[in-house]
Formats: sequence, C-alpha cells, structure tokens
Amino acid sequence: MKKHLMAYPYALWMLIFTMIPLALILFYSVFAIDDAGIHFTLDNFKRVFEPLYLAVFWRSIKLAAESTIICLVLGYPMAMILAGKNLSKKSILVVLFVIPMWMNFLARTYAWMTLLEKNGLIATIAGFFGIDLPSLLYTEGAVVLGMVYNFLPFMVLPIYSVLVKIDKTVVEAAEDLGANPITVFRRVIFPLSIPGVSSGITMVFMPALTTFVISRLLGGAHFTLIGNLIEQQFLTTMDWGFGSALSIVLMLMIMLSMGVTMRYEKENEGGGLW
Amino acid sequence: MVKNVFKKIYTFLIFLFLYAPIIVLIVFSFNESKSRAHWTGFTFKWYVEMFKDQQIMTSLYNTVTIALIASIFATVLGTAAAIGIHHMKKTPKTIMTNLTYLPVLNPDIVTGISLMLLFILVKFPRGFFSMLLAHITFNLPYVILSVMPKLKQLDNHVYDAALDLGATPAYAFWKVILPQIAPGIFTGFLLAMTMSIDDFVISFFTTGPGVSNLAITIYSMARKGISPKINAVLSILFAGVILMLLIINNRMSRDDGRKENVA
Repeated sequence: MKKHLMAYPYALWMLIFTMIPLALILFYSVFAIDDAGIHFTLDNFKRVFEPLYLAVFWRSIKLAAESTIICLVLGYPMAMILAGKNLSKKSILVVLFVIPMWMNFLARTYAWMTLLEKNGLIATIAGFFGIDLPSLLYTEGAVVLGMVYNFLPFMVLPIYSVLVKIDKTVVEAAEDLGANPITVFRRVIFPLSIPGVSSGITMVFMPALTTFVISRLLGGAHFTLIGNLIEQQFLTTMDWGFGSALSIVLMLMIMLSMGVTMRYEKENEGGGLW
Repeated sequence: MVKNVFKKIYTFLIFLFLYAPIIVLIVFSFNESKSRAHWTGFTFKWYVEMFKDQQIMTSLYNTVTIALIASIFATVLGTAAAIGIHHMKKTPKTIMTNLTYLPVLNPDIVTGISLMLLFILVKFPRGFFSMLLAHITFNLPYVILSVMPKLKQLDNHVYDAALDLGATPAYAFWKVILPQIAPGIFTGFLLAMTMSIDDFVISFFTTGPGVSNLAITIYSMARKGISPKINAVLSILFAGVILMLLIINNRMSRDDGRKENVA
C-alpha cells in the first residue's frame, strides 16, 4: 500500500479551496476586466498609497501596536506569576486563564458593548459616585480595550510556556554570583524569554491588525481599519480589484512581521498555543 | 510577603478583567427588564423568548450541523492526509506541511474573501453548502496538526511485527496504528468543532442571504442594538463550550498519564 497517496485528496482540496482562491485575489488585484477585455494594471496598488488609505493603514498599525504593547506590559507579569506557581495550582490557573478564550469571539466583544454603552454598567456605577462619564463606546479607547481583552491570552500563553521551561539552576547560578533580582531579570530571565515574547507579539499584532469586527462593534463607524476597508470593497462598493490589492498588501504586512519575529522563534515553534 | 500580596492582587485584577464582562453578560440574561445596568428581578423569560425566536433557532441549528459535518469530514480527510504526509519523501513533505500552515497563518478576512470570490466565480450558490465547504477548509489544518505529532511518536516496529505475524496491511492499520493515533484524531476533531462554532469572519463572507450561523446572527443583532435574548444564547453557548473544554482537558490529561506510564 502506497501510504503517501492518502494525502492526495487533501492536496486536491487545498488546491481548490486555498491555492486557487488566493490566486484569484492576486489576479483581481493586477488585472482589470472591462469592455476592452482583460488587461494588466497597477492602478489598484497605486490607490492603496493615496493619503486617504494610507491614513487607514497608519491607524490600523497604530491601534494594533498600542494593543500589542499594552498586552505585553499587562501580560508579562501575569505569565511570570503563572510560571512561578507550584504545579497543581499552576495548571488550574492556566485553565482558568484560557476559559474566557473559549467564549465566542463575537460574544466577548458584544459583552464590552453592554458594559461601555451610554446607559451601561460602567456609566451607571460611575453615576452612583456622581461621576458623569463621557461616552465610552465608539471611541478609540474602546477599540484598543476590545483588542487587549480579546488577545491578551495570546500574549500570556507563549511567554508562560517559555518561562516554565527556563532552567531554575541558571537563575540560581546568577543569584549565587551576586546578581540582584533586577539584574537576574534583565540579564537572564528576559533574554531567555525572547522567543515567547516575539511569538506573543506576532499572535496579538496579527489579529489586531486584520480585525474588522472589534472596530465595527466598539468603534462604530468612526474607526475604519484595514479590515473594514477590505470588507467595504467586497460587500458595499463592489470594487474587487481595490479590495484584492488591499488584501495582498495586508498579507505582505503579515508575512513581513512574521519574518521579523520568526528569527527569534527557532526553538519555540508556534509558541505553545497547541 | 509584600511581593506575594502584590502578586495575588495582580492576578485577581487580571482575572477580574477577563471574567467580569462574561459574568455580567450571564447575570443580565436573567434580568427582568431590558436594562443592562439595573437589576430589576430574576426571570427565565429571555431563555423562553430565545427558543421562540425563529432566526436564533435556525442559526443555532446551522451552527451545530455545520460544525458537526465539517469536523467529521475534516477529521477523516485530515487523518488520511496526515498519514499520507507522514509517509512522503522529505521535499514533498516539507511542501505539504508548509501548505498546511498557510490557512492557519493567513488572516481570516483574506481566507473568507478568497473563498467568496471562488464561489461567485464558479457560480456556486452561496448559503449552507458554501459555508460548509469553507468550514471544512479551515478545519483541515487543525486536524492534521493534531494527528501529525502522534504519528511521529509511533513505533514502526509494532506495525512491522503485525505484518510479520500475518496481518494484512489494512488489518494492521485498524488494529495497530489507528488505536495509537486515536487520541490525536479525537483532539483534532474537538479542536475543529470549537473553531467551527467560534468562527464568524469566514462564515460571514462565504454565506449567502438568509443563511446565517449564530455568530452572524449575533453580529447583525448587536449592530441593531442589544437584546437580552442574545445574552441568553451566549450563556448557553458558553456553557456548552465549557463542557466541551472539560472533555478535551480530561482527554488530554489521560493522554499525558498514558505517556508517563510508557516512559
């Protein structure tokens, strides 16, 4: 029995449902179809660099970067605390940490809508103390909050999985040699955790960059991100060419950021999310 | 000592941040009035209304059937693929493995749109079946990536021994290989189920008018305004997912136990 033949149906499936669809996007981005037939054009890519759209790209990168930094600052100490617990406590805490992730992504975002809205719980509680909060929903802050909330576990888990693997004797050796806790962290623990940090950054930055749900539900119509722009091209303005060009640029950005962080991930494939 | 207190407070605050929205969501699914801020009394009426809501029930039905069919299909095709890839020569093996990672790394929105273009171009009617095909596509890598590590752990000598003892290759496969990789297959199946139930973006682009899964329904309801009925659906969904998580976790820890026994 030639066992490798068993992969062929899958290969065919991938060809039809992954490779050809991606080729279609590439096709629509560089070919225009009109009465004169099909001809090659770079107009769609030129449009991407118009100031109006560059502003959207800039905003998406800015918001995704802000959420990534907040996730890192909030998540690193959390990962250290999780990694420092003894074994039985550790596994319970990690499971507890992962559970919210298993709630539907839309549900988690929707939950924040009900908290942040004008008559929502946060505004009501603030009202009890006589604080009149400005509208919290449909602000830039709400979008960043939604991203941090949804993607924080993606930062904590990879860092945690690297931290638990660090050889305790290395840390002890540094302490024996007279390093204070800050030096131990700066010179030993942090450098060893770089693979986890880099895959955490990728895993938060990528979905944050490509989302269109969080920005739509928590940002209203005010915060168009790349994702929203692409969605508009295909569902509202029906400009497939421009939408495809935007998708290609987005894919290139993802690949570029993956390429940068991959360098640090040699021994930590996938960052332990599996 | 001070450090420990600080750690406890920090852990508490992070967990509060993670759980508070979900708890509020569940609590207010039992609230008498439509308000999301004032508690006016306990009721099950939103759950009753949810069951009466045709749109919610149809989308719940779609979510469950698509998740089930897509993950079963992906599990069969994916397991076969994993075995096939495992037995390939080095170069095709590398190509296929990288190809498998592609849909996982590709942004959801691009996957969704590219499939939508395919369906439009070949005039495949968009609805239940297009969504099902899309779900099978994004589920496949998760099955393969769960089964592959199990295949790597396999001891090939046991299979050879079975053949030496007169088993046909098919019989040896069913009796020797399959039982050993079964935990990986099961994990892959459950992973595929959860990904399928959780998916919004790809479904959103690959479905047609009138056919929606739960996530799409929540999205369109949330854009119109907020209804406690959504809270009720989400609470039930969350309970279901927790149940599934417990099964997976139980499965995995048993699996770990088995590994330790061998070692």
